[in-house]
Amino acid sequence: MMAPAVILLLGWMLAPLTTTLYFSFKKYLPLRGGDLGWVGFDNYVRFVTSSSFWPSVYTTLIIVGFVLAITVIFGVLLALLLDQPMWGQGIVRILVIAPFFVMPTVSGLVWKNMFMDPINGILAHLWRFFGLQPLEWLSQFSMGSIILIVSWQWLPFATLILLTAIQSLDREQLEAAEMDGANNTKRFGYIILPHLSRAITIVILIQTIFLLSIFAEIFVTTAGAFGTKTLTYLIFQRVLESQNIGLGSAGGVYAIILANIVAIFLMRIVGKSLDAKES
Amino acid sequence: MARSVKNQQKMVNTVIAWTIGLLIFFPVLWTVLTSFKTEGQAINDPPLFLFFDWTLENYAIVQERSDYMKFLWNSIFIAGGSTLLGILIAVPAAWSMAFVPTKRTKDILLWMLSTKMLPAVGVLYPIYIGCIKLGLLDSRLALVIILMLINLPIIVWMLYTYFREIPRDILEASRMDGASLWKEIIYVLTPMAIPGIASTILLNLILAWNESFWTLNLTAAKAGTLTAFIASYSSPEGLFFAKLSAASTMAIAPILILGWFSQKQLVRGLTFGAVK
Repeated sequence: MMAPAVILLLGWMLAPLTTTLYFSFKKYLPLRGGDLGWVGFDNYVRFVTSSSFWPSVYTTLIIVGFVLAITVIFGVLLALLLDQPMWGQGIVRILVIAPFFVMPTVSGLVWKNMFMDPINGILAHLWRFFGLQPLEWLSQFSMGSIILIVSWQWLPFATLILLTAIQSLDREQLEAAEMDGANNTKRFGYIILPHLSRAITIVILIQTIFLLSIFAEIFVTTAGAFGTKTLTYLIFQRVLESQNIGLGSAGGVYAIILANIVAIFLMRIVGKSLDAKES
Repeated sequence: MARSVKNQQKMVNTVIAWTIGLLIFFPVLWTVLTSFKTEGQAINDPPLFLFFDWTLENYAIVQERSDYMKFLWNSIFIAGGSTLLGILIAVPAAWSMAFVPTKRTKDILLWMLSTKMLPAVGVLYPIYIGCIKLGLLDSRLALVIILMLINLPIIVWMLYTYFREIPRDILEASRMDGASLWKEIIYVLTPMAIPGIASTILLNLILAWNESFWTLNLTAAKAGTLTAFIASYSSPEGLFFAKLSAASTMAIAPILILGWFSQKQLVRGLTFGAVK
């Protein structure tokens, strides 16, 4: 009964992958001469030696790194806060989670225009209110702006998962610690944080997988300009915009390798949780 | 005394949490509010919050200009179609993995998960050219199949974690009472599996609805979804904040409402059952 699912996924994985590999060893320009024969590892070398490769890797890592740091740190704080007794907890939770359901093209455009527009955006109004010169967010602070937008989208995810993890914490253990005179900081450092470590690891790994391939947010805001060209965006441009399939495919293989390095760690953790359930 | 301190603390928590919550929610709220303004009011300085002349004209303009209903229907068709197809394929698989596990079950599950890690951009060209060759570029069918495939691992995983929680004793008991396999499936298992299947459908609808890499790259005028519909607003054109807001509100409203019902399932589904 597993067969249909397994066969479909196998086909889905193997067919495109082999095609990508095949093209990555060819000089293939559909609009300028078509298939120009085998070139060995030429594309792989050209892709890494092109002047836009290292900046794109750097951009990717900066975005992923900062978004991870922001979402995990604020996610933990927010989860701790939402776990406290308060009025209207359910509503606050709904407010906090909302950004996750906003489709990437919408959040990109809403932030770009209604918030970051240097003339009519809310932030420009705010800056002028304080007598400051409004900022050209997406050109002067392009990276910061993208990081802000993407963090806004992913903070709910981190918060939700960490909150779920906190709520599974054994309350008696916390109360016992309190009776033994452990203060808030100690309780956080010795009980809550260790309890959260697995959830944090999972948040980091899953977000990394998704963040490595963010696309729409950049597509509708800067379109890769102002130093925001990520590896994904660079490959997209090589393949669909400049129609250099061989080069783009080689880039694709690099992206697959990069994603797999992260994936191995994630799989190990998920695999462990499978074993745990069986015991 | 202790009670009043407790209440005070609760008050402080409430104020802080609501402030942060509203701040995070603000972009969504602002979009919805702006969609009811005129273009002039939308860029008013200072910004207008509630006291403006509420109007629905932006919604009318957006519908007229870009045929919102067509994109909405494409989104519903693609998200719904890929989800249903995925469920049909995943239920038997998850079922047999949960109830008749073999030594390879775990490896197969993990391998399925690994296909999810494949970065879309790495296989962009093969899929793109494949769609052209099959005459499926800018067709809903291609999107249904592709979105089904990219979300299939999540569907299988989620269903698997739900099915595993169905106690086997009940199955054995019904078997002892002489229930046939089919009776067992229809009367015993299905009712217990429905909540899990429903949550899986819900989460998958959200993921498919918001998917934007393949929908942006493989659709155009004909099969475009709401993601593509919104992207057509990316080149500025005079005053357009109110229209952009109306379009955005229409694109996110259905899923925002669904999403709020599916918070718990979201955690389980997106962590592949590792956090519940």
